[in-house]
Amino acid sequence: MSEANGREILVEVKNLKKYFPIMRGVLRRQVGAVQAVDGVTFNIYKGETLGLVGESGCGKSTTGRTILQLLTPTAGHVKFSGTDLTTLNKSDMRKARRDMQMIFQDPYASLNPRLSIGSIIGEPLQINNIGDTNSRKERVSELLKIVGLNPFFINRYPHEFSGGQRQRIGIARALATNPSFIVADEPISALDVSIQAQVVNLLDDLSTELGLTYLFIAHDLSMVRYISDRVAVMYLGRIVELSDRDGIFDLPLHPYTQALLSAIPIPDPEKEGKRQRLILEGDVPSPANPPKACRFHPRCSYATEICSQEDPEFRNAIAEGPEHWVACHHAEKFM
Amino acid sequence: MARLLDVTDLITRFYTEDGVVHAVNGISYSLDEGESMALVGESGCGKSVSVLSIMRLIPSPPGRIDGGKVIYNDRDLLAISNEEMRTIRGREIAMVFQDPMTSLNPVLTIGRQMTEGLKLHLGMNDSQAKSRAAEMLEMVGIPGAADHLSDYPHQFSGGMRQRVMIAMGLSCNPSLLIADEPTTALDVTIQAQIVELVKQLQAKLGMAIIWITHDLGVVAGMVEKVAVMYAGYIVEMAPVNELYKHHRHPYTMGLLDSLPKLDQKHRERLATIKGLPPDLLSEPKSCPFAPRCPYVINQCWEENPPLMPSGPDHFTACWRFEVMRDDMHFGDKI
Repeated sequence: MSEANGREILVEVKNLKKYFPIMRGVLRRQVGAVQAVDGVTFNIYKGETLGLVGESGCGKSTTGRTILQLLTPTAGHVKFSGTDLTTLNKSDMRKARRDMQMIFQDPYASLNPRLSIGSIIGEPLQINNIGDTNSRKERVSELLKIVGLNPFFINRYPHEFSGGQRQRIGIARALATNPSFIVADEPISALDVSIQAQVVNLLDDLSTELGLTYLFIAHDLSMVRYISDRVAVMYLGRIVELSDRDGIFDLPLHPYTQALLSAIPIPDPEKEGKRQRLILEGDVPSPANPPKACRFHPRCSYATEICSQEDPEFRNAIAEGPEHWVACHHAEKFM
Repeated sequence: MARLLDVTDLITRFYTEDGVVHAVNGISYSLDEGESMALVGESGCGKSVSVLSIMRLIPSPPGRIDGGKVIYNDRDLLAISNEEMRTIRGREIAMVFQDPMTSLNPVLTIGRQMTEGLKLHLGMNDSQAKSRAAEMLEMVGIPGAADHLSDYPHQFSGGMRQRVMIAMGLSCNPSLLIADEPTTALDVTIQAQIVELVKQLQAKLGMAIIWITHDLGVVAGMVEKVAVMYAGYIVEMAPVNELYKHHRHPYTMGLLDSLPKLDQKHRERLATIKGLPPDLLSEPKSCPFAPRCPYVINQCWEENPPLMPSGPDHFTACWRFEVMRDDMHFGDKI
């Protein structure tokens, strides 16, 4: 396993790309590509929670899925505990998957309505030939207890549970094979406010108890600030800023991050009234035809000539202290 | 300011095969001309059903408005004929729905959908209606609107569609706009655009607004008063500053404390409201929040508290509002 800054790296993502072809005509010729993920590079350290934020369509879910090889990358490498996942064959990949699991966004769509809770949570064990029927059943009861559900529910079906409880079932399934790494793809955005806090607290407790490493994908920045150790901000298939949590929230160096932060509503009418809002104009451009050079320049209020001509390098902008990576020509202005 | 809307003891129930769902259990509130108000609560608390009842848009059967009065400009909307209601709906009271992806008809052009109401309610001819529609689209920030009238909804992004919905709602100059979670399906940056737009439009056109949301953050900077709903009841209602600063209902406190604060330096544990919202199939005899409330006493189980005055223009449905303090957090000991 490699190390950086004295910390063990669990997942190493290098120049990862995922393009989806656009086919047209009778002959289904490829006429273009949606550049969903276009060259992202980052590390996830063992035991940390890395938050990945951005608007819908920026490629954050595709990044998560491509890391787990649920989608085959177009280019780039993903190293997990030192093994390059992109070079593994199917059976080796299946073995490797035990160690990395996923929690999905929609707890209504991600559980098979015809399977009992016991079969849903036990399925990863069965597929991986872990234990026998009895020991699996024991493990499922144990998992239900871990996520705060009554083991008595083992024979019930998904429709008998509320959204928050279903998300707990999804978490139990992800934990079944004892993984060290979990990709949580917007695990709380489909839940009610009072239930969100319950699930986030549970994820937080599990990371401490079981030593889990998370890639926490979300569009809700306030929740990301709460749960993450470091945060990466994505825009149109690229990471535009990556830093520890306080760096992103107290000293955002990319204008897009600043706009995202300023869009978050504050539940306090006084502060909300005084606040100077930086409101982005327009929508995210299409990833099938992203703007040249800096992808954010058409919406950026700080853009100058260089921004439409040269792609900004993704660089560590702060010489001392914790690393703060940013892809902006003008980052120094904001320090 | 003149009174625009007076809702008194509104009761809406759904008669389903599984039993009677008590969706709205006698809520009362009022709204002045040009005033903005938020109805806040989690899914299933009856916030949408309560405004659909005002608009008489409850599917019946199974739904039925079982009681109450909705006085709008001296007329009881629950008592007037369907024809009369149709002249009010869309003309005087307009509604913007949550999901801009599904609330526009995909096979009709934007222009066709926008002009329908103008022709029907204002008796405009085709060209008048078209120029008015283009004007409205410009006003909600869609540049080159005249060229977009022949576009179909799929050619617009989510934020643009919601702008179209708002333009459509405002095109007949309504005196009341009901917005049912208009930003829930949108990204934060687009949500900020829409909130800003509605604020500007209200300042310009002066309509009253009922904004329905589950997010106490979104409405903090934009409405004058807030009503918090739980299990079909309004449990707390107050002017916006009063509610965020001096909330007295444990549920409001829990909702606010379960939101992570952006200015929160340390990673404190988020407060959680234990358990689940109640099943609305049985009419509660006790306080509906009692099973989840850390401050519950015997009286809460015996009697459902009515809304009681607990401050300036501030009403709370809690037997223990007097012992709640401003500096308390959900779960703190009294």
